[in-house]
Amino acid sequence: MRTIIIPPDFDAWRTTARQLLAQSTHPDELLWSDNPTEPSLFSEPSPPPQASTTTPITVPPAFVDLARSAAAHTSEKRWALLYRLLWRLTLGGERHLLAIATDPDVRQLQDWCKAVSRDIHKMHAFVRFRLVAVDTTTRREQFVAWFEPDHRIVRLATPFFEKRFAGMDWSILTPYECAHWDGQKRYFTPGVPRSSAPDEDALDDLWRTYYRNIFNPARVKISAMQSEMPKKYWKNLPEAPLIADLIAESSTRVHDMLTTPERPAKPAPNNAYLESLRQMNEQPNPDHKTS
Amino acid sequence: MDLTRKLEILADAAKYDASCASSGAARKDSRGSQGVGSTGGSGICHSYTPDGRCVSLLKVLMTNACLYDCHYCINRRSSNVTRARFTPDEIVQLTLDFYKRNYIEGLFLSSGIIRSADHTMELVIDVARKLREQHHFRGYIHLKTIPEASQSLIALAGQYADRISINIELPTQQGLNTLAPEKNLLRTEQAMGHIRGKIDERHAEKRKPGAPKPPPFATGQSTQMLVGADPSTDATILGCADKLYSEHHLKRVYYSAFSPIPEPSSILPLQAPPLIREHRLYQADWLLRFYDFKVDEIASPSSPNLDLSLDPKLSWALRNRQTFPVDINKSPRELLLRVPGLGIRNVQRILSARRYTRLRLADLIRLKLQMKKLLPFIVTADHHPARLGLDSDSLRARFLPPPEQLELNFDAPPQPTAIDFISARSGEL
Repeated sequence: MRTIIIPPDFDAWRTTARQLLAQSTHPDELLWSDNPTEPSLFSEPSPPPQASTTTPITVPPAFVDLARSAAAHTSEKRWALLYRLLWRLTLGGERHLLAIATDPDVRQLQDWCKAVSRDIHKMHAFVRFRLVAVDTTTRREQFVAWFEPDHRIVRLATPFFEKRFAGMDWSILTPYECAHWDGQKRYFTPGVPRSSAPDEDALDDLWRTYYRNIFNPARVKISAMQSEMPKKYWKNLPEAPLIADLIAESSTRVHDMLTTPERPAKPAPNNAYLESLRQMNEQPNPDHKTS
Repeated sequence: MDLTRKLEILADAAKYDASCASSGAARKDSRGSQGVGSTGGSGICHSYTPDGRCVSLLKVLMTNACLYDCHYCINRRSSNVTRARFTPDEIVQLTLDFYKRNYIEGLFLSSGIIRSADHTMELVIDVARKLREQHHFRGYIHLKTIPEASQSLIALAGQYADRISINIELPTQQGLNTLAPEKNLLRTEQAMGHIRGKIDERHAEKRKPGAPKPPPFATGQSTQMLVGADPSTDATILGCADKLYSEHHLKRVYYSAFSPIPEPSSILPLQAPPLIREHRLYQADWLLRFYDFKVDEIASPSSPNLDLSLDPKLSWALRNRQTFPVDINKSPRELLLRVPGLGIRNVQRILSARRYTRLRLADLIRLKLQMKKLLPFIVTADHHPARLGLDSDSLRARFLPPPEQLELNFDAPPQPTAIDFISARSGEL
């Protein structure tokens, strides 16, 4: 049994996996780790993989995308599973494997991809930028956001922000890696603590005003809200502190509506447009079908 | 009146419009510009309110003053609600400020009708023009249009907007005559037909080889129907929706349960919102659009309303037991799509996997399918439902929820489960 220790990123796995496959290394002979400080109990020191041969390795293109996405998952078993899938797709002779969604390895791959993709989607949704400064020379506004992703998604999730917010400078800070955009390029720096990010933005009050008033107290569906916006995100959302009160007040607000005297219909005001509508409505429609 | 107060009034006035989609727009983004904005991917819900609805767009009215007297609407002229009006610049600034903080995907702008349809449309278009031309805003814009507005103004709205919509409100003219006397079903449909023509025209021009890129036009239109305000049956509502999908190619029909408003009308007494019915209509709508169901299979003249206690696909399967069991390993796609508990994505997975392997129950469990729902209706390599089971009257009873969930208690409206909710969005019944 050999232990392969790689840095926790997809490109490192890919380089190593190519070399191992070129040596026809069976997945059962390997233990994978991306933690250099905790070598496995039963491992032998691993010789560095030899220079890769020129044998081209071809896999279905979909596998590369799926593998890149699954590599962002935090499960420590992902490197081993990715190598086993790679082996099965090539030397194992199961080139059609990805078509079998019911295969346990494929299922696991897709589950990890789904978790990563959901995490990316939630990052796109719940990042909240705070204005921190305006550059005096370029006059570009500078924004900073804080987000706590479940997986290592910063590099996968940030092209979206570059496309969407090209006209402003921004930084998204997370505990493990930060992404920045300065109008020219996107670059990354190591993670920082929560205290490095601003807590408030001058617009947050107006946003909360909107949130409070777009809520309809007559149709409370709390589980529907929470399935899409789980509580773990609430601590970084400026609108979330309103939720408890909105729910608590809703039945009183509906009761007030139900006990309000009904308003009688007011006659139409004198308006040329309304008069023209009235005339149009009185004309019989020859092809009008009553359904 | 300060901006905060205006926002309170004009967001409150806009919340009865259920549409929140920000997907399906043409691909565009802010790279290389001084502005912000991008569209073209799947829409993003930036927040959720405790009514379970997503907050995707800044949804406001230009003004809540209105000449019309639609009795379900808080903004009708007979209501005593406080009136307010944004200036175009106020909406532009709010949209940009909210967008840059990543609160929203864009703007959904509607308005009460003031002076005339054309005058109101011009005000709404002015906001969209400022956003696009002065601020290079490339985010999502949804504009509500008025059927009586001139065709040239609707065409102009479509040039700035990613989506335009006209609310049909009720499926029959009879209903409109009572509750929305200014509105006319035929004119609404004519305007939808005109918009469809514009959308089709641009698609055709885009496909011409070598032709210059045509000016942008909205990529879709949607509408909303109120449920429970008039006596229309589900068959009437779904029939109307089906017609709008097939004749005018609408992207979405939204169903909105009529819920209490602060300014009740003497013509339309308040009642508990029929939330379960609204949910079943969405499920039925998905069956029409993605599962090749016909309206009369779901709601027929003899049984015009959906079963509130079972989802419409399961309900159909129980009425059509002769179709089952369906062999997972052999049946064609259209039959697999009819199986309760099998959604489009899993049908695709089954079709793909069975080319290489004979599927067993363990495979279906691995796909995390709802086995309790599936088992009576399917055959796998290692499973055949007991003939008695499929025929027995107890099968329906097995799927009914416990009786207390059926009571529509107004103080505690029945809560759909997370699964119901997901199923309403994904269509996986």
